[in-house]
Amino acid sequence: MAQDKRSEMDSDPLIRMEGITKRFPGVLANDSVDLSIQEGEIHALVGENGAGKTTLMKILYGIYSKDGGQIFFEDELVNIEDPKDANNLGIGMVHQHFMLVPPLSVVDNITLGSEIAHRGVLDREEGKRRIQELANDIGFEIDPEAKIEDLSVGVRQRIEILKVLFREAEVLILDEPTAVLTPQEVESLYEILNNLQEQGKTIIFITHKLNEVMDISDRVTVMRDGKEVGTKEIEDTSKKELANMMVGREVLLRVEKEEPELGEELIRAENLTVTNDEGVELVSNVSFSIREGEVFGIAGVQGNGQTELIEALTGIDKFSSGTVEVQDSDLTNVDGKRIREEGVGHIPEDRLDRGMITDFTVTENFVLGYHTFERYSNRLFMKLRNMDKHAEEAVEEFDIKTPSTKTLAESLSGGNQQKLIVARELSQQPKLLIAAQPTRGIDVGAIEFVHKRLMEERAKGKGLLLVSSELDEIVSLSDRIAVIYEGEFTGMFDADEISKEELGVYMTGSKRQDKEEVRRKALGKVTLQE
Amino acid sequence: MDIFAISTLLATIRMAVPISLAALGGLFSESTGVINIALEGIILMGAFAGTIITNATGSPLLGIIMAVVAGIGMALIHAIASVTFKANHIISGVALNLFATGVTFFLALVLTGGSQISVESTLPKFLGVSPVIYVTIAIFFLSGFFLYRTRLGLRLRATGEHMAAVDSVGISVTKMRYLGVLISGALAGLGGGYLAIEQANFFTKGMSAGRGYIGLASMIFGKWTPWGAAGAASLFGFSQALQFRISIPFVPDEFLQMLPYLITIFVLVGAVGRATPPAEDGNHFLKEG
Repeated sequence: MAQDKRSEMDSDPLIRMEGITKRFPGVLANDSVDLSIQEGEIHALVGENGAGKTTLMKILYGIYSKDGGQIFFEDELVNIEDPKDANNLGIGMVHQHFMLVPPLSVVDNITLGSEIAHRGVLDREEGKRRIQELANDIGFEIDPEAKIEDLSVGVRQRIEILKVLFREAEVLILDEPTAVLTPQEVESLYEILNNLQEQGKTIIFITHKLNEVMDISDRVTVMRDGKEVGTKEIEDTSKKELANMMVGREVLLRVEKEEPELGEELIRAENLTVTNDEGVELVSNVSFSIREGEVFGIAGVQGNGQTELIEALTGIDKFSSGTVEVQDSDLTNVDGKRIREEGVGHIPEDRLDRGMITDFTVTENFVLGYHTFERYSNRLFMKLRNMDKHAEEAVEEFDIKTPSTKTLAESLSGGNQQKLIVARELSQQPKLLIAAQPTRGIDVGAIEFVHKRLMEERAKGKGLLLVSSELDEIVSLSDRIAVIYEGEFTGMFDADEISKEELGVYMTGSKRQDKEEVRRKALGKVTLQE
Repeated sequence: MDIFAISTLLATIRMAVPISLAALGGLFSESTGVINIALEGIILMGAFAGTIITNATGSPLLGIIMAVVAGIGMALIHAIASVTFKANHIISGVALNLFATGVTFFLALVLTGGSQISVESTLPKFLGVSPVIYVTIAIFFLSGFFLYRTRLGLRLRATGEHMAAVDSVGISVTKMRYLGVLISGALAGLGGGYLAIEQANFFTKGMSAGRGYIGLASMIFGKWTPWGAAGAASLFGFSQALQFRISIPFVPDEFLQMLPYLITIFVLVGAVGRATPPAEDGNHFLKEG
């Protein structure tokens, strides 16, 4: 049925948004935006961070009130003032930051606000039954009694989707659904979305990952600076065209990389092991060495020990055995301050958790971690003028979109927050930069910029340890690539001798190289052929 | 020594009633994420209002009801300040406690010329103890059912953990918080009324003597569950009962009277361990858009 509807693209749209305008103090978030959604289609809404995609959808879902424009549902003018109105029209939204209550069970979360109850007393059995039914319909298993806090991000997202379906939504809005998912989870999300489409549901999903747009959607609308730039059938467009529409200029999707000029050894890590409180090894016997002018990439599916390795390297956690030397200084299990003093920078995996304090200003965040350095403080006082001056220079240089350096970091978009962290770490001129997911959740234009900056550092003879779940990023930036699987390096390659597909095989553990050989190659010694 | 006698048990229960009601009140309030340290002042206000009305009408039942009403009134002020006007929950609570201390003492002086007022009649005993004790036990059963088995209970608990999620499904966070705070006022008010009318048979200035705070400690020790709170309150009740019942040679009685407060400190620093309070405790709900 859905297929029939899709083929009649010329029929009247299910939802028509016309001339939608929304102002926030100092920003025109939506500037007379038009959007039409056909019944039964998967419609991607793409654009850079701050382009106004989420704002537009929050207006459709009734979270924001619009300052101008009209919304038509099935050709009738509708007034959506709060999420309840949207729910009544059959519109549901899966938020980027999940709206789930962690200590409560799956059934309580899904039914919250639309509880099945008799005279106020909950009927959880009936709730569980209906949830199982819904889950079966779109093809996955779920334990309705599990507590949310015990579930993975991927499962939580499914619960958010179930929550929307439980309210009998016909139109599902998903706000950057893949931002938090592992590649496998993304695959199963695609399956779910396809199943939903087969059931006749209409899906709008916000993203800035162009691969996803090409993979899953029927049509795509591009937004830039609060305006709609155009809507395309997916067959009639390309990644390149969409990227140019998003950024408004030619974008390089490939990173330009010069031949490496290797210098001295910067860091030598041997036999690193991290164990958790229960004594389980999360990182086992990892060794590597990085030289000046070299990018050492670590590829792996999230949760295979990357996070623990990085956190122990940067002084957040501790190694249970092994040694780390940065140019003759022993930096094994020293604190983060000492590590920074030795010229090792760190772009953390999770910018909100580890990278910044959102209640602090741009300037304060810019010096965070370096605030005890002589240029920003003496023994008693902060050197505020210096801090401001340097922050302003960085905002300029890194094109961080903020009203001023005194703005709180929380009011910056995700991409600009990430740029601020990258700016902070690079401005301190580290010898070695440890970058974990340096472009997570940021848009094409910003990714291009960050990649360019990282390559400039490499050309200057800096070393880079790169951890990323984006294979494209690993392959295009790295000189050498290690694959981490269940806490061990299971493969070690020169970047030009390995394909993404081959890396994928190692990342899932289906194949592994000889341990000794991996170790030798990772430490940069010449492999002895037998 | 007769500390294990039935009389000690009864004394423990009597002592535990106001503490457990305060603990349960704190639990209801914090279920919705509103910290209510005004419980101390609410107990005092309940005790005062209960005493005055009992003496004025000759009906201890009306006195108890008035204590509950006074508790709700105090809680309403706390809700208006901390929910509607988004004042700091602690500051609002401290202000109410100071207010209760001052106003009850002042009114007691104005009305009777002294700081202590005897209660002229009490509720008829049922099987040898105050009927309020049975009511308290029933309230605990009802609260357990209400919080964990009913629609409204689920909504209250969800509010204290994730306000934005509650709002996103069309439930009013403000209404839930008012409800939680007002219930807490009613319960602590009842505890105050019991304390003056049924237990002490008099009102005196500052007679809550930390029971509101010990109630909050019980709530934490009981890991924010009704039965945990009841158990913890009983422990504190026992320690209060004990102080009148034992004497140790060479140890001044004053040290024994410190017992409940010392236990509070030890419990809070040691035994609680990993109990996590509701995630939204002390937060304000700021709606976007």
